[in-house]
Amino acid sequence: MINEQDVKYVAALSRIHLQPEEVHKLTKDLEAIVGYIDQLKQADVSGVKPTYNVNMMFNVDRPDEIKPSLTQKEALKFSVEQLNGSYKVPKVIE
Amino acid sequence: MKLETLTAHELLDMIKAGTTTPDAIYDAVRGRIDAVEKDIHAYARVFDKQDLTGGQCPIPIAIKDNMCIAGRETTCSSKILKGFVSPYDATVIAKLKDTGAVIVGQANMDEFAFGSSTETSCYGPTFNPWDRTRVPGGSSGGSAAAVAAHEAIWALGSDTGGSIRQPAAFCGVVGLKPTYGLVSRYGLIAFGSSLDQIGPITKDVTDAALLMNIIAGYDPQDSTSFQSRSPVSDYTQALQNDVKGLKIGIPKEYFIEGLSPDVEGAVKAAMDVLKLKGAEFVEISLPHTKYAVSVYYIVATAEASSNLARFDGVQYGLRCIPTQARKSSIVDMYEETRDKGFGTEAKRRIMLGTYSLSSGYYDAYYLRGLKVRTLIKRDFDNAFEGVDAILTPTTPTPAFRIGEKMDDPLSMYLSDIYTISANLSGIPAMSIPCGFSKEGLPVGVQLMANLFNEEMIFRIAYTYEQATQLKLQ
Repeated sequence: MINEQDVKYVAALSRIHLQPEEVHKLTKDLEAIVGYIDQLKQADVSGVKPTYNVNMMFNVDRPDEIKPSLTQKEALKFSVEQLNGSYKVPKVIE
Repeated sequence: MKLETLTAHELLDMIKAGTTTPDAIYDAVRGRIDAVEKDIHAYARVFDKQDLTGGQCPIPIAIKDNMCIAGRETTCSSKILKGFVSPYDATVIAKLKDTGAVIVGQANMDEFAFGSSTETSCYGPTFNPWDRTRVPGGSSGGSAAAVAAHEAIWALGSDTGGSIRQPAAFCGVVGLKPTYGLVSRYGLIAFGSSLDQIGPITKDVTDAALLMNIIAGYDPQDSTSFQSRSPVSDYTQALQNDVKGLKIGIPKEYFIEGLSPDVEGAVKAAMDVLKLKGAEFVEISLPHTKYAVSVYYIVATAEASSNLARFDGVQYGLRCIPTQARKSSIVDMYEETRDKGFGTEAKRRIMLGTYSLSSGYYDAYYLRGLKVRTLIKRDFDNAFEGVDAILTPTTPTPAFRIGEKMDDPLSMYLSDIYTISANLSGIPAMSIPCGFSKEGLPVGVQLMANLFNEEMIFRIAYTYEQATQLKLQ
Protein backbone atom coordinates (compact mmCIF):
# COMPACT_ATOMS: atom_id res chain seq x y z
CA MET A 1 0.00 0.00 0.00
CA ILE A 2 2.33 2.75 1.19
CA ASN A 3 5.95 2.12 0.29
CA GLU A 4 9.19 3.93 0.98
CA GLN A 5 8.99 5.78 -2.35
CA ASP A 6 5.64 7.26 -1.33
CA VAL A 7 7.09 8.32 2.01
CA LYS A 8 10.09 9.98 0.36
CA TYR A 9 7.73 11.79 -2.04
CA VAL A 10 5.51 13.05 0.78
CA ALA A 11 8.58 14.07 2.80
CA ALA A 12 9.72 16.20 -0.13
CA LEU A 13 6.26 17.79 -0.37
CA SER A 14 6.37 18.45 3.39
CA ARG A 15 9.88 19.88 3.10
CA ILE A 16 11.24 17.53 5.78
CA HIS A 17 14.56 15.72 5.33
CA LEU A 18 14.31 12.21 6.74
CA GLN A 19 17.09 9.86 7.82
CA PRO A 20 16.93 6.36 6.23
CA GLU A 21 15.80 4.71 9.51
CA GLU A 22 13.05 7.34 9.79
CA VAL A 23 11.81 6.56 6.28
CA HIS A 24 11.61 2.90 7.18
CA LYS A 25 9.76 3.48 10.48
CA LEU A 26 7.41 6.07 9.02
CA THR A 27 6.49 3.74 6.16
CA LYS A 28 5.37 1.11 8.67
CA ASP A 29 3.52 3.66 10.85
CA LEU A 30 1.75 5.35 7.96
CA GLU A 31 0.80 2.02 6.42
CA ALA A 32 -0.86 0.96 9.69
CA ILE A 33 -2.62 4.28 10.17
CA VAL A 34 -3.82 4.62 6.57
CA GLY A 35 -4.90 0.98 6.73
CA TYR A 36 -7.14 1.86 9.67
CA ILE A 37 -8.41 5.06 8.07
CA ASP A 38 -9.45 3.15 4.95
CA GLN A 39 -12.57 2.03 6.86
CA LEU A 40 -14.03 5.39 5.80
CA LYS A 41 -14.65 3.81 2.39
CA GLN A 42 -17.56 1.95 4.02
CA ALA A 43 -19.38 5.16 4.95
CA ASP A 44 -22.22 6.22 2.67
CA VAL A 45 -21.51 9.83 1.74
CA SER A 46 -23.80 10.16 -1.28
CA GLY A 47 -25.32 13.62 -1.32
CA VAL A 48 -23.40 14.70 1.79
CA LYS A 49 -21.66 18.06 1.78
CA PRO A 50 -18.27 18.44 3.50
CA THR A 51 -18.05 20.34 6.82
CA TYR A 52 -15.06 22.66 6.72
CA ASN A 53 -16.19 24.80 9.63
CA VAL A 54 -18.84 23.86 12.17
CA ASN A 55 -20.12 27.41 12.58
CA MET A 56 -20.78 27.56 8.82
CA MET A 57 -19.19 30.99 8.62
CA PHE A 58 -18.02 32.26 5.25
CA ASN A 59 -16.11 35.29 4.03
CA VAL A 60 -15.69 36.96 7.41
CA ASP A 61 -14.32 40.38 6.60
CA ARG A 62 -13.65 43.71 8.25
CA PRO A 63 -13.62 47.31 7.01
CA ASP A 64 -10.42 48.22 5.13
CA GLU A 65 -9.05 50.48 7.88
CA ILE A 66 -5.50 50.69 9.18
CA LYS A 67 -5.31 49.27 12.70
CA PRO A 68 -2.34 48.99 15.10
CA SER A 69 0.05 46.16 14.25
CA LEU A 70 3.64 45.10 14.88
CA THR A 71 6.25 47.52 13.61
CA GLN A 72 8.85 46.23 11.18
CA LYS A 73 11.44 46.50 13.97
CA GLU A 74 9.30 44.43 16.36
CA ALA A 75 8.69 41.79 13.71
CA LEU A 76 12.39 41.45 12.98
CA LYS A 77 13.48 41.57 16.63
CA PHE A 78 13.84 37.82 17.14
CA SER A 79 14.62 36.81 13.61
CA VAL A 80 17.46 34.46 12.82
CA GLU A 81 19.19 36.65 10.26
CA GLN A 82 18.19 40.03 8.90
CA LEU A 83 19.49 42.53 6.38
CA ASN A 84 18.19 46.00 5.59
CA GLY A 85 14.87 45.44 7.30
CA SER A 86 14.23 42.06 5.67
CA TYR A 87 14.67 38.43 6.67
CA LYS A 88 17.87 37.12 5.16
CA VAL A 89 17.73 33.57 3.77
CA PRO A 90 19.95 31.29 1.63
CA LYS A 91 19.75 31.61 -2.15
CA VAL A 92 16.28 31.04 -3.53
CA ILE A 93 17.24 31.21 -7.21
CA GLU A 94 20.45 29.40 -8.02
CA MET B 1 -4.26 26.39 55.99
CA LYS B 2 -2.62 25.27 52.76
CA LEU B 3 -3.64 28.08 50.42
CA GLU B 4 -2.35 26.27 47.34
CA THR B 5 -4.91 23.50 47.82
CA LEU B 6 -7.92 25.82 47.69
CA THR B 7 -10.05 26.76 44.70
CA ALA B 8 -10.02 30.15 43.02
CA HIS B 9 -13.51 31.00 44.29
CA GLU B 10 -12.54 30.16 47.90
CA LEU B 11 -9.41 32.29 47.62
CA LEU B 12 -11.30 35.21 46.07
CA ASP B 13 -13.76 35.09 49.01
CA MET B 14 -10.82 35.13 51.41
CA ILE B 15 -9.19 38.09 49.65
CA LYS B 16 -12.51 39.96 49.88
CA ALA B 17 -12.83 39.08 53.56
CA GLY B 18 -9.27 40.25 54.17
CA THR B 19 -8.10 36.88 55.47
CA THR B 20 -5.44 36.45 52.77
CA THR B 21 -3.58 38.41 50.09
CA PRO B 22 -2.52 37.74 46.48
CA ASP B 23 1.08 37.66 47.72
CA ALA B 24 0.41 34.97 50.28
CA ILE B 25 -1.43 32.88 47.67
CA TYR B 26 1.39 33.20 45.15
CA ASP B 27 4.00 32.33 47.79
CA ALA B 28 2.04 29.22 48.77
CA VAL B 29 1.77 28.04 45.16
CA ARG B 30 5.42 28.86 44.51
CA GLY B 31 6.44 26.96 47.62
CA ARG B 32 4.53 23.95 46.33
CA ILE B 33 6.22 24.22 42.92
CA ASP B 34 9.65 24.37 44.57
CA ALA B 35 8.78 21.24 46.53
CA VAL B 36 7.27 18.96 43.85
CA GLU B 37 8.03 20.30 40.37
CA LYS B 38 11.21 18.21 40.10
CA ASP B 39 9.04 15.09 40.45
CA ILE B 40 6.05 16.20 38.35
CA HIS B 41 7.64 18.33 35.63
CA ALA B 42 4.37 20.13 34.89
CA TYR B 43 6.10 23.27 33.62
CA ALA B 44 8.22 24.10 30.60
CA ARG B 45 9.08 27.43 32.21
CA VAL B 46 8.31 28.80 35.69
CA PHE B 47 8.35 32.59 35.82
CA ASP B 48 10.10 34.64 38.47
CA LYS B 49 7.78 36.35 40.90
CA GLN B 50 6.20 39.40 39.28
CA ASP B 51 4.97 42.53 41.00
CA LEU B 52 1.40 41.71 41.91
CA THR B 53 -0.80 44.53 40.65
CA GLY B 54 -4.00 43.37 42.29
CA GLY B 55 -7.07 43.44 40.08
CA GLN B 56 -10.31 41.54 40.49
CA CYS B 57 -8.83 38.05 40.04
CA PRO B 58 -5.16 37.87 41.12
CA ILE B 59 -5.06 34.05 41.15
CA PRO B 60 -2.00 31.99 40.10
CA ILE B 61 -2.62 30.33 36.73
CA ALA B 62 -0.60 27.98 34.50
CA ILE B 63 -0.77 28.59 30.76
CA LYS B 64 -0.14 25.82 28.24
CA ASP B 65 2.97 26.63 26.22
CA ASN B 66 1.06 27.17 22.95
CA MET B 67 -0.52 30.50 23.86
CA CYS B 68 1.52 33.57 23.05
CA ILE B 69 2.59 35.69 26.01
CA ALA B 70 4.26 38.98 25.08
CA GLY B 71 7.94 39.02 25.91
CA ARG B 72 8.02 35.31 26.83
CA GLU B 73 9.59 32.38 25.03
CA THR B 74 6.66 30.36 23.66
CA THR B 75 7.64 27.05 22.09
CA CYS B 76 4.73 24.54 21.95
CA SER B 77 7.30 22.26 23.62
CA SER B 78 9.11 22.03 20.29
CA LYS B 79 12.78 22.51 19.40
CA ILE B 80 11.73 24.38 16.26
CA LEU B 81 10.42 27.29 18.33
CA LYS B 82 13.21 27.40 20.90
CA GLY B 83 14.18 31.00 21.38
CA PHE B 84 10.98 32.35 19.82
CA VAL B 85 9.87 35.20 22.07
CA SER B 86 6.33 36.26 21.34
CA PRO B 87 5.89 39.92 20.44
CA TYR B 88 2.23 39.92 21.44
CA ASP B 89 -0.32 38.51 23.89
CA ALA B 90 -2.95 36.02 22.84
CA THR B 91 -6.43 37.46 23.38
CA VAL B 92 -7.09 35.11 26.32
CA ILE B 93 -3.80 36.24 27.89
CA ALA B 94 -4.74 39.92 27.46
CA LYS B 95 -8.12 39.18 29.06
CA LEU B 96 -6.45 37.40 31.99
CA LYS B 97 -3.97 40.24 32.47
CA ASP B 98 -6.89 42.69 32.61
CA THR B 99 -8.18 40.83 35.66
CA GLY B 100 -4.80 40.85 37.40
CA ALA B 101 -4.14 37.13 36.79
CA VAL B 102 -0.81 35.89 38.12
CA ILE B 103 0.79 33.78 35.38
CA VAL B 104 2.97 31.32 37.25
CA GLY B 105 4.55 29.74 34.20
CA GLN B 106 4.03 27.93 30.95
CA ALA B 107 2.81 24.37 31.21
CA ASN B 108 4.47 21.44 29.45
CA MET B 109 2.60 19.87 26.55
CA ASP B 110 2.91 17.35 23.74
CA GLU B 111 4.88 18.98 20.92
CA PHE B 112 2.47 21.21 18.97
CA ALA B 113 -0.37 19.52 20.87
CA PHE B 114 0.24 16.27 18.95
CA GLY B 115 -0.37 13.62 21.52
CA SER B 116 -2.42 12.17 24.35
CA SER B 117 0.31 11.74 26.95
CA THR B 118 2.67 14.77 27.08
CA GLU B 119 5.48 12.35 26.19
CA THR B 120 6.37 14.05 22.91
CA SER B 121 7.49 17.30 24.58
CA CYS B 122 11.03 18.38 23.72
CA TYR B 123 11.43 19.06 27.44
CA GLY B 124 10.64 15.49 28.45
CA PRO B 125 7.42 14.08 29.88
CA THR B 126 5.21 15.34 32.67
CA PHE B 127 4.33 12.76 35.34
CA ASN B 128 0.85 12.04 36.67
CA PRO B 129 0.70 13.38 40.27
CA TRP B 130 -1.49 10.40 41.30
CA ASP B 131 1.11 7.84 40.10
CA ARG B 132 4.37 9.11 38.74
CA THR B 133 4.98 5.99 36.64
CA ARG B 134 1.98 7.03 34.57
CA VAL B 135 1.18 9.75 32.06
CA PRO B 136 -0.91 12.79 32.99
CA GLY B 137 -2.62 12.57 29.60
CA GLY B 138 -2.16 15.07 26.79
CA SER B 139 -1.66 17.27 25.11
CA SER B 140 -2.49 19.63 28.02
CA GLY B 141 -0.81 17.24 30.46
CA GLY B 142 1.29 19.94 32.10
CA SER B 143 -1.75 22.13 32.76
CA ALA B 144 -3.76 19.24 34.25
CA ALA B 145 -0.85 17.97 36.36
CA ALA B 146 -0.12 21.48 37.65
CA VAL B 147 -3.71 21.88 38.88
CA ALA B 148 -3.85 18.35 40.31
CA ALA B 149 -0.56 18.81 42.16
CA HIS B 150 -1.54 22.30 43.40
CA GLU B 151 1.30 23.85 41.42
CA ALA B 152 -1.32 26.29 40.10
CA ILE B 153 -4.80 27.15 41.32
CA TRP B 154 -6.16 26.78 37.81
CA ALA B 155 -4.90 26.54 34.24
CA LEU B 156 -5.66 27.06 30.58
CA GLY B 157 -5.29 24.22 28.14
CA SER B 158 -6.28 23.72 24.52
CA ASP B 159 -8.37 20.91 23.05
CA THR B 160 -8.34 19.73 19.43
CA GLY B 161 -9.32 16.07 19.90
CA GLY B 162 -9.62 15.79 23.67
CA SER B 163 -6.47 17.52 24.87
CA ILE B 164 -8.17 19.26 27.80
CA ARG B 165 -10.68 16.58 28.76
CA GLN B 166 -8.48 13.49 28.62
CA PRO B 167 -5.70 14.87 30.86
CA ALA B 168 -8.38 16.30 33.17
CA ALA B 169 -9.82 12.78 33.49
CA PHE B 170 -6.39 11.19 34.05
CA CYS B 171 -5.49 13.78 36.69
CA GLY B 172 -8.79 13.96 38.56
CA VAL B 173 -9.66 17.56 37.70
CA VAL B 174 -12.34 19.42 35.72
CA GLY B 175 -11.66 20.26 32.06
CA LEU B 176 -13.96 22.04 29.60
CA LYS B 177 -13.71 22.28 25.82
CA PRO B 178 -15.99 25.21 24.96
CA THR B 179 -18.15 25.41 21.83
CA TYR B 180 -15.98 26.10 18.77
CA GLY B 181 -15.90 29.83 18.24
CA LEU B 182 -16.71 30.79 21.83
CA VAL B 183 -13.14 31.46 23.00
CA SER B 184 -10.77 33.42 20.77
CA ARG B 185 -7.98 31.49 19.08
CA TYR B 186 -5.99 34.66 18.38
CA GLY B 187 -2.53 33.96 19.77
CA LEU B 188 -3.10 30.22 20.13
CA ILE B 189 -0.46 28.56 17.99
CA ALA B 190 -2.66 26.61 15.61
CA PHE B 191 -2.81 22.84 15.23
CA GLY B 192 -6.22 22.16 13.65
CA SER B 193 -7.87 25.46 12.96
CA SER B 194 -11.42 24.09 12.63
CA LEU B 195 -11.06 22.04 15.83
CA ASP B 196 -8.87 23.95 18.35
CA GLN B 197 -10.41 25.61 21.39
CA ILE B 198 -8.83 27.04 24.52
CA GLY B 199 -10.56 26.07 27.77
CA PRO B 200 -10.27 25.96 31.57
CA ILE B 201 -8.69 23.18 33.65
CA THR B 202 -9.77 23.64 37.26
CA LYS B 203 -10.26 21.98 40.64
CA ASP B 204 -14.04 22.30 40.56
CA VAL B 205 -16.96 23.24 38.37
CA THR B 206 -17.42 26.70 39.91
CA ASP B 207 -13.85 27.65 39.02
CA ALA B 208 -14.43 26.50 35.43
CA ALA B 209 -17.41 28.88 35.24
CA LEU B 210 -15.34 31.77 36.65
CA LEU B 211 -12.50 31.19 34.22
CA MET B 212 -14.96 30.97 31.31
CA ASN B 213 -16.33 34.37 32.35
CA ILE B 214 -12.85 35.78 31.81
CA ILE B 215 -11.85 34.09 28.55
CA ALA B 216 -15.06 33.62 26.56
CA GLY B 217 -16.44 36.16 24.13
CA TYR B 218 -16.37 37.45 20.59
CA ASP B 219 -12.99 38.63 19.30
CA PRO B 220 -12.80 40.47 15.96
CA GLN B 221 -9.16 39.41 15.65
CA ASP B 222 -10.22 35.76 15.29
CA SER B 223 -12.20 35.30 12.10
CA THR B 224 -13.72 32.08 13.46
CA SER B 225 -14.89 33.77 16.64
CA PHE B 226 -18.65 33.58 16.89
CA GLN B 227 -20.66 36.74 17.40
CA SER B 228 -23.62 35.42 19.34
CA ARG B 229 -26.80 37.45 19.40
CA SER B 230 -27.25 36.65 23.08
CA PRO B 231 -23.84 35.99 24.63
CA VAL B 232 -23.64 34.60 28.13
CA SER B 233 -22.02 37.12 30.41
CA ASP B 234 -21.95 35.05 33.61
CA TYR B 235 -21.55 31.27 33.55
CA THR B 236 -21.87 31.11 37.34
CA GLN B 237 -25.60 31.72 36.83
CA ALA B 238 -25.70 28.23 35.30
CA LEU B 239 -24.43 26.63 38.52
CA GLN B 240 -27.83 25.34 39.59
CA ASN B 241 -28.18 22.32 41.85
CA ASP B 242 -31.09 20.82 39.92
CA VAL B 243 -31.43 18.27 37.14
CA LYS B 244 -35.06 17.24 37.69
CA GLY B 245 -36.71 16.32 34.44
CA LEU B 246 -33.57 16.63 32.32
CA LYS B 247 -33.13 13.96 29.66
CA ILE B 248 -29.55 12.70 29.35
CA GLY B 249 -28.59 10.48 26.41
CA ILE B 250 -26.30 7.48 26.75
CA PRO B 251 -24.83 6.56 23.34
CA LYS B 252 -24.75 2.79 22.98
CA GLU B 253 -21.72 2.97 20.67
CA TYR B 254 -19.58 4.29 23.54
CA PHE B 255 -20.07 1.29 25.84
CA ILE B 256 -18.16 -1.36 23.95
CA GLU B 257 -15.14 -3.63 24.04
CA GLY B 258 -12.03 -1.77 25.12
CA LEU B 259 -13.84 0.17 27.85
CA SER B 260 -12.19 -0.69 31.16
CA PRO B 261 -14.56 -2.18 33.77
CA ASP B 262 -13.26 0.33 36.34
CA VAL B 263 -14.16 3.25 34.08
CA GLU B 264 -17.54 1.76 33.19
CA GLY B 265 -18.30 1.16 36.87
CA ALA B 266 -17.45 4.72 37.90
CA VAL B 267 -19.45 6.22 35.02
CA LYS B 268 -22.49 4.07 35.82
CA ALA B 269 -22.22 5.16 39.47
CA ALA B 270 -22.27 8.77 38.27
CA MET B 271 -25.45 8.02 36.32
CA ASP B 272 -27.02 6.58 39.47
CA VAL B 273 -26.29 9.79 41.37
CA LEU B 274 -27.90 11.91 38.66
CA LYS B 275 -30.89 9.54 38.50
CA LEU B 276 -31.44 10.03 42.22
CA LYS B 277 -31.43 13.77 41.61
CA GLY B 278 -34.21 13.42 39.06
CA ALA B 279 -32.47 13.12 35.68
CA GLU B 280 -33.84 10.65 33.17
CA PHE B 281 -31.46 8.55 31.10
CA VAL B 282 -32.29 7.57 27.54
CA GLU B 283 -30.32 5.24 25.29
CA ILE B 284 -29.38 7.00 22.07
CA SER B 285 -27.40 6.09 19.01
CA LEU B 286 -24.54 8.02 17.41
CA PRO B 287 -24.11 5.59 14.51
CA HIS B 288 -21.06 7.19 12.90
CA THR B 289 -18.97 7.07 16.10
CA LYS B 290 -16.80 4.28 14.67
CA TYR B 291 -15.47 6.65 12.00
CA ALA B 292 -14.56 9.48 14.39
CA VAL B 293 -10.90 8.59 14.93
CA SER B 294 -10.36 8.07 11.19
CA VAL B 295 -12.01 11.36 10.27
CA TYR B 296 -10.01 13.19 12.93
CA TYR B 297 -6.66 11.76 11.86
CA ILE B 298 -7.32 12.93 8.32
CA VAL B 299 -8.87 16.35 8.97
CA ALA B 300 -6.73 17.37 11.95
CA THR B 301 -3.47 16.22 10.40
CA ALA B 302 -4.35 17.87 7.07
CA GLU B 303 -4.96 21.16 8.90
CA ALA B 304 -1.81 20.64 10.96
CA SER B 305 0.35 20.04 7.88
CA SER B 306 -0.84 23.38 6.55
CA ASN B 307 -0.48 25.22 9.87
CA LEU B 308 3.03 23.92 10.50
CA ALA B 309 4.29 24.91 7.05
CA ARG B 310 5.21 28.28 8.55
CA PHE B 311 7.97 26.69 10.68
CA ASP B 312 10.68 26.81 8.05
CA GLY B 313 13.60 28.64 9.63
CA VAL B 314 12.91 31.92 7.83
CA GLN B 315 11.32 34.28 10.34
CA TYR B 316 11.78 32.90 13.86
CA GLY B 317 12.86 29.92 15.89
CA LEU B 318 15.36 27.33 14.76
CA ARG B 319 17.26 27.57 11.49
CA CYS B 320 19.55 24.75 10.28
CA ILE B 321 21.72 24.45 7.21
CA PRO B 322 22.95 20.94 6.29
CA THR B 323 26.71 20.40 6.21
CA GLN B 324 26.45 18.92 2.72
CA ALA B 325 24.29 20.49 0.02
CA ARG B 326 21.48 18.23 -1.15
CA LYS B 327 18.92 20.02 -3.30
CA SER B 328 19.00 23.82 -3.51
CA SER B 329 20.13 26.24 -0.82
CA ILE B 330 16.72 27.38 0.32
CA VAL B 331 15.10 23.94 0.15
CA ASP B 332 18.02 22.46 2.08
CA MET B 333 17.40 25.01 4.82
CA TYR B 334 13.69 24.20 4.98
CA GLU B 335 14.26 20.45 5.02
CA GLU B 336 17.13 20.48 7.52
CA THR B 337 15.38 22.91 9.88
CA ARG B 338 12.22 20.83 9.90
CA ASP B 339 14.13 17.56 10.28
CA LYS B 340 16.11 18.85 13.27
CA GLY B 341 13.27 20.90 14.73
CA PHE B 342 10.30 18.53 14.65
CA GLY B 343 9.95 15.43 16.81
CA THR B 344 8.81 12.03 15.52
CA GLU B 345 5.10 12.49 16.19
CA ALA B 346 5.10 15.94 14.58
CA LYS B 347 6.75 14.51 11.47
CA ARG B 348 4.30 11.61 11.43
CA ARG B 349 1.27 13.91 11.55
CA ILE B 350 2.59 16.38 9.01
CA MET B 351 3.33 13.51 6.63
CA LEU B 352 -0.11 11.97 7.15
CA GLY B 353 -1.78 15.32 6.55
CA THR B 354 0.27 16.04 3.44
CA TYR B 355 -0.51 12.57 2.10
CA SER B 356 -4.27 12.99 2.53
CA LEU B 357 -4.18 16.38 0.83
CA SER B 358 -1.92 15.36 -2.02
CA SER B 359 -3.10 15.08 -5.58
CA GLY B 360 -4.68 11.69 -6.15
CA TYR B 361 -5.59 11.18 -2.51
CA TYR B 362 -7.44 14.42 -1.71
CA ASP B 363 -10.87 13.11 -2.71
CA ALA B 364 -10.48 9.68 -1.14
CA TYR B 365 -9.19 10.95 2.18
CA TYR B 366 -9.57 14.66 2.98
CA LEU B 367 -12.81 15.37 1.13
CA ARG B 368 -14.35 12.07 2.20
CA GLY B 369 -13.24 12.75 5.77
CA LEU B 370 -15.03 16.10 5.74
CA LYS B 371 -18.21 14.46 4.44
CA VAL B 372 -18.17 11.84 7.19
CA ARG B 373 -17.60 14.73 9.59
CA THR B 374 -20.97 16.08 8.42
CA LEU B 375 -22.52 12.70 9.24
CA ILE B 376 -20.98 12.72 12.72
CA LYS B 377 -22.29 16.23 13.34
CA ARG B 378 -25.72 15.16 12.10
CA ASP B 379 -25.74 12.30 14.64
CA PHE B 380 -25.46 14.92 17.40
CA ASP B 381 -28.06 17.25 15.82
CA ASN B 382 -30.50 14.32 15.76
CA ALA B 383 -29.66 13.24 19.30
CA PHE B 384 -30.15 16.71 20.77
CA GLU B 385 -33.69 16.82 19.42
CA GLY B 386 -34.54 14.21 22.01
CA VAL B 387 -32.12 14.84 24.90
CA ASP B 388 -30.74 17.86 26.79
CA ALA B 389 -27.24 16.46 27.19
CA ILE B 390 -25.15 13.38 26.50
CA LEU B 391 -23.09 11.47 29.10
CA THR B 392 -20.17 9.18 28.26
CA PRO B 393 -16.87 8.03 29.75
CA THR B 394 -14.09 10.53 28.97
CA THR B 395 -11.48 7.85 28.27
CA PRO B 396 -11.60 4.07 27.72
CA THR B 397 -9.06 3.44 30.49
CA PRO B 398 -7.45 5.32 33.38
CA ALA B 399 -3.95 6.77 32.91
CA PHE B 400 -1.60 4.36 31.13
CA ARG B 401 2.10 3.94 31.96
CA ILE B 402 4.86 6.19 30.64
CA GLY B 403 6.23 4.62 27.46
CA GLU B 404 3.40 2.12 27.13
CA LYS B 405 1.94 3.49 23.88
CA MET B 406 4.92 5.28 22.36
CA ASP B 407 5.74 2.47 19.91
CA ASP B 408 2.17 2.04 18.76
CA PRO B 409 0.83 5.34 17.43
CA LEU B 410 -2.47 3.81 16.38
CA SER B 411 -3.15 2.56 19.92
CA MET B 412 -2.40 6.08 21.20
CA TYR B 413 -4.83 7.56 18.67
CA LEU B 414 -7.62 5.14 19.65
CA SER B 415 -7.48 6.35 23.25
CA ASP B 416 -9.14 9.57 22.02
CA ILE B 417 -12.22 7.73 20.86
CA TYR B 418 -14.70 9.34 23.25
CA THR B 419 -13.48 12.91 23.05
CA ILE B 420 -12.87 13.40 19.35
CA SER B 421 -16.48 13.68 18.11
CA ALA B 422 -17.12 16.83 20.15
CA ASN B 423 -14.29 18.64 18.33
CA LEU B 424 -15.48 17.41 14.92
CA SER B 425 -18.98 18.72 15.66
CA GLY B 426 -17.93 21.86 17.55
CA ILE B 427 -20.14 21.07 20.54
CA PRO B 428 -19.05 21.84 24.12
CA ALA B 429 -17.85 18.99 26.32
CA MET B 430 -16.61 18.77 29.90
CA SER B 431 -14.84 16.05 31.89
CA ILE B 432 -15.43 15.90 35.63
CA PRO B 433 -13.95 13.46 38.16
CA CYS B 434 -16.35 10.61 39.00
CA GLY B 435 -14.31 8.14 41.00
CA PHE B 436 -11.21 6.00 41.03
CA SER B 437 -9.98 2.74 39.55
CA LYS B 438 -8.90 -0.23 41.69
CA GLU B 439 -5.34 1.14 41.56
CA GLY B 440 -6.47 4.52 42.86
CA LEU B 441 -6.27 6.29 39.49
CA PRO B 442 -8.82 9.01 38.71
CA VAL B 443 -11.69 8.33 36.31
CA GLY B 444 -13.55 11.07 34.42
CA VAL B 445 -17.09 11.24 33.07
CA GLN B 446 -17.86 13.43 30.05
CA LEU B 447 -20.89 15.65 29.54
CA MET B 448 -21.74 17.04 26.12
CA ALA B 449 -24.45 19.51 25.09
CA ASN B 450 -25.52 21.26 21.92
CA LEU B 451 -23.66 24.21 20.41
CA PHE B 452 -23.38 27.18 22.79
CA ASN B 453 -25.25 25.29 25.54
CA GLU B 454 -22.42 25.29 28.10
CA GLU B 455 -25.03 26.25 30.71
CA MET B 456 -26.64 22.78 30.47
CA ILE B 457 -23.25 21.17 31.09
CA PHE B 458 -22.50 23.46 34.04
CA ARG B 459 -25.88 22.69 35.55
CA ILE B 460 -25.51 18.92 35.40
CA ALA B 461 -21.85 18.95 36.43
CA TYR B 462 -22.54 21.25 39.39
CA THR B 463 -25.45 19.14 40.58
CA TYR B 464 -23.32 15.99 40.41
CA GLU B 465 -20.40 17.66 42.19
CA GLN B 466 -22.62 19.00 44.96
CA ALA B 467 -24.15 15.55 45.48
CA THR B 468 -20.86 13.69 45.66
CA GLN B 469 -18.34 16.34 46.73
CA LEU B 470 -16.08 14.55 44.24
CA LYS B 471 -13.55 17.22 43.48
CA LEU B 472 -9.84 17.68 43.95
CA GLN B 473 -8.75 18.00 47.53
